[in-house]
Amino acid sequence: MTNSLLQLSQTTDWHPLWLSLQVAGVATLLALAAGVALGWLFARRPFPGSGVAEAVCMLPLVLPPTVIGYGILVMAGRRSPLGAWLRQHFDYTIIFSWHGAVVASAVVALPLVLKSASAAFAGVDRSLEAAASTLRQSPWSVFWRVTLPLAWPGILAGTLLAFARAMGEFGASLMVAGSIPGQTQTLSMAIYDEVQAGHDDRALLLVLVTSVISVLVLVVSNRFFSLR
Amino acid sequence: MRKFRLIASVAALAATFVLPFAVSAQQLTVSAAASLTDAFKELGPRFEAARPGSTLRFNFAASGALLQQIAQGAPVDVFASADQATMNRANDQKLIDADTRRNFVTNSLVLIEPAQGGAGIRSLQDLGNAAVKKIAIGKVATVPVGAYTRQVLDGARLWEPLEPKFVQADSVRQVLDYVGRGEVDAGFVYSTDATIAGDKVKVVATPTGHTPVSYPVAVIADSRQKALARDFTVFLAGDEAQAVFKRYGFGKP
Repeated sequence: MTNSLLQLSQTTDWHPLWLSLQVAGVATLLALAAGVALGWLFARRPFPGSGVAEAVCMLPLVLPPTVIGYGILVMAGRRSPLGAWLRQHFDYTIIFSWHGAVVASAVVALPLVLKSASAAFAGVDRSLEAAASTLRQSPWSVFWRVTLPLAWPGILAGTLLAFARAMGEFGASLMVAGSIPGQTQTLSMAIYDEVQAGHDDRALLLVLVTSVISVLVLVVSNRFFSLR
Repeated sequence: MRKFRLIASVAALAATFVLPFAVSAQQLTVSAAASLTDAFKELGPRFEAARPGSTLRFNFAASGALLQQIAQGAPVDVFASADQATMNRANDQKLIDADTRRNFVTNSLVLIEPAQGGAGIRSLQDLGNAAVKKIAIGKVATVPVGAYTRQVLDGARLWEPLEPKFVQADSVRQVLDYVGRGEVDAGFVYSTDATIAGDKVKVVATPTGHTPVSYPVAVIADSRQKALARDFTVFLAGDEAQAVFKRYGFGKP
């Protein structure tokens, strides 16, 4: 069986794999930046309504992917104020481009980073931060040299989970970016297309590759969780 | 008392699983091409009225996807496809009763663009303009309208030049939706779909160069409702159904 799989892998178009890695990579970086910023805000600077705000940010975790995809279409599509403005002034749209896949994946990955970052920041010992302040460190410096390094393992674990989630993203990105071979067809969409067309052997090969990558990511992520 | 309540609630839950089977004595499951959605939804109640005790359940998607479901064992009684090629594949895989197969309507392929903000396309050749950035077509392997589109564009030698612009959709209704929303600059659908979309899309051309768009219907070999299924296929070819199809813009078989 391995022989025929190897033969098959030589004739398979591996573009979806590279595209998935690219989209998931960029989306995870975006989710990381937003997740760390928001996580710190919710953990350290609670304001009236911050509980509700955090719940709204966590929504993509429980909303059906089609709802998220439709939401992005409504907010950034051609008929939306934002979409129309972007098309008119920059001739730019995220719909049917890999940028759209990145946006959809970042939206669904954000809650995973946010929750981990928020918990990680809440767990940092305030007295250590206070000690750093008494040593004349600016708030920014306290963050970079004390808070973030202490919260890092938890944040990293959440980021790896976010990456795995972004790799597997399908429903929302299918609605926003479509499944254009060579441009926006990620690994999950390629599997879906192969199954629909009846190419079970190719679908199986892609499923194996996706599973191996996802399991690897989860195993590494587990390591970081247990470091805490 | 507690034990009784527990047993009663488990029994009630189990009943909700069993009850649908009891009711399905005369239930017909019809898998039909997406373009037949509106016409079939109107014909369903009419057929049920003519055969009291029967219920119709519809499943609309691209013909290729429906064939995959049937091949994998989905409990379907009738299959109505948007092209002969998919029904031929069903026949080759011995999934249908070949003697129940009949053609029941025809359709035509049209090129459409968004009603507002379109690129002003007048013909197939205009698709090559720089103003046309994205063209929605059905997936060629599984969606009949995509296969017809490929025939037309191959014949006009436009397939390869236009390939970078294609957005391949899962069904003809998805193509229609993309054009209606203005997310693409042009799309290929059936004339009946363009009519359904009303003033959201504008028909630009009716290209030729494809095999006639003829819809066949057949009873699935593993169906448990063969008599009722056969009745339905006969019903589709009858005067009442044909009048409904005509109203939606379909042609005679």
